[in-house]
Amino acid sequence: MAQVRENKGARKAIVAVVLIIFTIIYMIPLFYIVNTSFRPWADIREYPPKLIYQPSVAAFIRIFTARAVYPPGQAPTEQELKDMSTIERIVYKETNERIVRTGDLPRRYLNSLIICVLSTMITILLGTTAAYGFSRFPVKGKDDWMFFILSTRMLPPVIVGIPVFLMFRNVGLNDSHLGLILLYVAFNVSFAVWVLKGFIDEIPREYEDAALVDGYSRFQAFRKIVLPQSVTGIAATAVFVFIFAWNEYAFAFMLTRNTAQTVPAWLPYQMGVLGFDWGAAAAGTTLFLIPPMVLTILLRNHLVRGISFGAVRK
Amino acid sequence: MANLKIVSVTKTFGDIEALKDLNLEIHDGEFFVLLGPTGAGKTTTLRIVSGLEKMDSGQIFLDDEDVSDWVPATRDVAFVFQFYTLYPNLNVRQNLEFPLKSPIRNTPQDQIDKKVAEVAKTLHIEHLLERETVNLSGGEMQRVGIGRAIVRTPKAFLMDEPLSNLDAKLREEMRSELSRLQKQLGQTFFYVTHDQTEAMTMADRIGVLNEGVLLQIGSPDEIYHRPTSTFVARFVGSPRMNLLKVHWKNDVLASPGEEMVFEITDAQREMLRKYDKPEFIIGMRPEDISVHDERREHNCFEAEIYFKQSMGAEDILNLRFGKLVVQATVPPTHGTTVGQKICGYFDIDHAHFFDVDTELRIE
Repeated sequence: MAQVRENKGARKAIVAVVLIIFTIIYMIPLFYIVNTSFRPWADIREYPPKLIYQPSVAAFIRIFTARAVYPPGQAPTEQELKDMSTIERIVYKETNERIVRTGDLPRRYLNSLIICVLSTMITILLGTTAAYGFSRFPVKGKDDWMFFILSTRMLPPVIVGIPVFLMFRNVGLNDSHLGLILLYVAFNVSFAVWVLKGFIDEIPREYEDAALVDGYSRFQAFRKIVLPQSVTGIAATAVFVFIFAWNEYAFAFMLTRNTAQTVPAWLPYQMGVLGFDWGAAAAGTTLFLIPPMVLTILLRNHLVRGISFGAVRK
Repeated sequence: MANLKIVSVTKTFGDIEALKDLNLEIHDGEFFVLLGPTGAGKTTTLRIVSGLEKMDSGQIFLDDEDVSDWVPATRDVAFVFQFYTLYPNLNVRQNLEFPLKSPIRNTPQDQIDKKVAEVAKTLHIEHLLERETVNLSGGEMQRVGIGRAIVRTPKAFLMDEPLSNLDAKLREEMRSELSRLQKQLGQTFFYVTHDQTEAMTMADRIGVLNEGVLLQIGSPDEIYHRPTSTFVARFVGSPRMNLLKVHWKNDVLASPGEEMVFEITDAQREMLRKYDKPEFIIGMRPEDISVHDERREHNCFEAEIYFKQSMGAEDILNLRFGKLVVQATVPPTHGTTVGQKICGYFDIDHAHFFDVDTELRIE
């Protein structure tokens, strides 16, 4: 008996060790980015990297601002230095720069949020209703339709990028929020339909039959009975769709320049007067990771059940 | 409360004809049981009556009104499903309230509360009202399912094998409870089952359905004592009726190997002579066959007991007459043993006769 328990404990320990090792491996890039974002300008290029350094928020300030270098011989006077705000002083001390105006990050960030939230909402709305239809009604050529929907995902974005670019230019959708939203919806709806159909298939039809007989219309039965039961699936799908859209680079790179440019398309262009600003790029990336993380944490209960794609449901 | 009429309803699924010109009238306040084997079209019939399934042709009348084109919600029938179908996102009380809260009924909350309390009391589920449905036992679930049906006053109750997922003991309990409930409510029950015991014990009338064809409608007694076809004869009764092929041998009927030669009554002979056929099927219920140690003069043939099932109140014997095997139920006091040679006596007055080709009853 004691032997068995000991074995069990040993197995648990091994599993834990393996998991910890994997977690560490997966966390290295993340750690590296976050670590870089807090390094002072001078430390970033040093090789081998210093293990111990004085953390600095200058990179975060730089990603939020546009700056100009003080020309030689025009360094601020003692008095001017005293009058500077803390933020200005940090920037000046690290890179000898003067803050000119707020940078592009807030606008890019807002673009990303608008495009991703809206496209996720539209995708889920279309995906849920389409999945319900495919799951419940005898659609003619159902299998062909489902395959067609899936096939829209088969080409990598880079390949369809140029035709889409030309089409968008003709209808004036280039560099517009609407353009990217439409594109992300088109690309993600196939995923949503397939995953959600799986979830809805799992919900026995008898529930709706019962609701229909109990005096409800098809739509009311869907809203009152099917929807509450598929919340888990919808939440999991929504997180995936949001993350796909949030991380999307190729289309954003090809189709946006300014007005509707999203964070991934903009982040790599952190070229300053002093050379490429790795610190600012890392700081931007760190900030960029926050929304999907928050979303995942908020919906984690649904996700754990949802990712198993209905396998746990009774 | 209403009567229910099904007029020449047909339904096909792909190549399969589920219902072939079904006609049926269920009276107001009647407990009607549609009995048939799996795949007979019973559930399809219920779903068509409720409007959940579209029929290919035919008409459905509820309360003398043609509801053929109505959606399920407006037909105002209640459906109890084989699988309990309690809405998992609602608790027991919310499940019971659900039909009353539908937009077409829109019952005020105080009436809902009253009605739910009433139903809970009738079904003895008051203590379950605030429970989550997933934590209920099968019996409790089906009670709530029935509660959701009776909480409103529908035109008719449709029940699709509601007891088939319960264990034997509970099933027996629920049978008598459903009978009591139906008497108490005085409403039209249309009940579908493959279980003849349920049909025999609860029904006012039974309809036997096979392969989409309604073979016979009648009271449980009629179905049992005057089956109109070999299918009904075989399907109703446990153990099933013995059916033997017999042919004329002068004035009596003999089995193919002449192990048995039945001396039929004059009336039976006269009836069969009119048929002008060389062969018939004779049907004997197991309880109409008895075993004796001594040979009797007529209809008693030498047999060997080769299998015996003791059921407590009775024994089921498999008797071998030459090549033929016949089942008989006898009182356990008889003290029979396997291998024993006895005389099997056929009570010919209770014999049923069927046409060899059409398999229909002859009388």
